[in-house]
This record gives sequence, C-alpha cells and structure tokens, in this order.
Amino acid sequence: MAREGAALVTGATRGIGAAIATTLASEGWPVGVNFRSDAAGAERVIAAIEQRGGQALAVQGDVSDPDAADRLCAQVEERFGPVMVLVNNAGVRADNLSPQIDDEDWRLVLDTNLSGPFRLIRRALRPMMRARFGRVINIASIVGQRANPGQANYAASKAGLIGLTKTVAAEVARRGVTVNAVAPGLVQTELAAGVDEQRFFEAVPARRAGTPEEVAACVRFLASEEASYVTGSTLTVDGGLTA
Amino acid sequence: MATTATPQAVEEKVVEAIAELGAERDEITRDATFESLDVDSLDIVELSQVIEDEFGVELKGEDAQRLKTVGDAIDLVVARAA
Repeated sequence: MAREGAALVTGATRGIGAAIATTLASEGWPVGVNFRSDAAGAERVIAAIEQRGGQALAVQGDVSDPDAADRLCAQVEERFGPVMVLVNNAGVRADNLSPQIDDEDWRLVLDTNLSGPFRLIRRALRPMMRARFGRVINIASIVGQRANPGQANYAASKAGLIGLTKTVAAEVARRGVTVNAVAPGLVQTELAAGVDEQRFFEAVPARRAGTPEEVAACVRFLASEEASYVTGSTLTVDGGLTA
Repeated sequence: MATTATPQAVEEKVVEAIAELGAERDEITRDATFESLDVDSLDIVELSQVIEDEFGVELKGEDAQRLKTVGDAIDLVVARAA
C-alpha cells in the first residue's frame, strides 16, 4: 500500500469489524476505528493495531445519525488524509416475525444498516472520485439474498445494501472507484449469538460457523489494488450455505 | 474560506475544472456545450463539488442537470452567489 489516505471501518470494536480494521492496518492503511458506545473496545482494537506497527484512530459516532458521515470522515481526514477505503460494517438486528416488527425496530435497522452506509458513501465518494481511486466495501448478509424468517427488517436492509452497491458501482466505475459487498453467512460473533447453531450447522456444507478473519480476508482482497476490475459484485462467505 | 464568486473568478475556476476533467482547454468557451466537450453527468457532479468547495455555492442535482453549456454553469454560480 503506497497510496495516501486512510481506511474507515464502521462498527469496528469487535467481531467482523475489528478483524477488518486489524487486517486493513496490516496492509498499511491507517484506520479510523468507528464505535458507537464501546470506547474501551475501540481502544483494544487500536492497541492491537499499534502493537503490530500500524496506525489507528478511534472515531465515535452512530451511523444512523444523519450528521455522523461528515463527522467521521472529517476526523479521519484531519489525522490521516482522505478516506480511500470505506468499509460499511456497522449493523444491528431487531428480529421478530413481520407482524410483530414495530415502526421503531424497522426504523432502527434500516437507518443503521442502509441509510448510514448511503450517507457515508455519498460523503466518501467525493475525495475518491478526485483521487481516481477508492474502495467501498459494504458488509451485507446472505439474508439479503435468501429468506430467513424473523428478519424482515434486517433482510430488507441488507438486500437494499446490495442494490445500493450495484448502482453506485456502475455510477463511479470510470473513476477507478470500486464498490462491492461481502455477504457473510453465520459467523462467530456476538451479533449472531442466539442463533440455533446445531440446526444451522446441518445446513452448512462446511459444518461450522465462519470466523471474522475469514470475512476480513475477503475485504482485504476487495480493498487491494489487484481487485481493481471487481465492482458491483457481492462476495458470499458462507461455507457453502447458499451454494 | 470561500472565494468571492465574481464572474471572472467563476469563469477561471470552471474552465480550469473542466480542463482537469480532460477537455481541451482551447475548446472550453462559454458557448461550448458539455456534450461537445465530452463532459458527462458524473463530470458535472465533480464540477459542482469543485464549485461548492471554492465558492460555497451548492448546486443541487436538478440544477446541474439543466446545465447545457459552460456559460450556463458560470451564470448559475454567479447568480447563486449574488
């Protein structure tokens, strides 16, 4: 990595986000480690990055807040230069069968998982287009492509994220900016806690959950120079579940 | 700090920005259409961002879509800044 600028990873204090932040730092990117409330978690991720000789900065903000995109990008810019790699990872679940999803749980999930990424993309594209380089990676989910009863709001947000990915990719492709999605299946994280693992594993050809590092490896590729002709795609990381 | 949007300052900046987008500088006249300069919709988005950064004038999507010539862009920015 010889480019100027930095990476910004939302929801980077644990699980997949933490693994992505650590991985991009090891590729040479200074990383903005976004957190909403877990300042101690952000500090742990930053300490791990710095211990390996990388650079990182904690940037607080709730991506569902309309003002967050500008604030997060500005903080990273001030310290490390423009955001050249944006990873929209922050996400929430509020599971229920559709008749039981109230407006608040609909809004929370859509605002965080879809509107937040849109605003960050809109903000980050400006310097990327000028630099004729940029990498946007949206962490979607296989639930955005395949039914999972009890997650109508989450599924809608993730399917929306995949649609957003494809259209923005087509809009900015001629500027050297790529926009891709990664769609994990079941990964060992706190967000996935409570999933009936035994039932689930029987359906997974790999017979196990994935690790955050296995998802981060896909992000590392999509963020790399070598992935310059990959755009608008969704890379599924699910142990064969949707194969 | 935003630069004062005098007609001359705006014209200079707009011409410079369009040249940076790849158009031949001597073809960038007030009457030249964006189409003839091979400036597409995404280029106009970039141009409006340069203008916003320089003069503090925000060009919304529908404004940008109405622009046909280089002169249209200059006049709109000057009018908005007034």
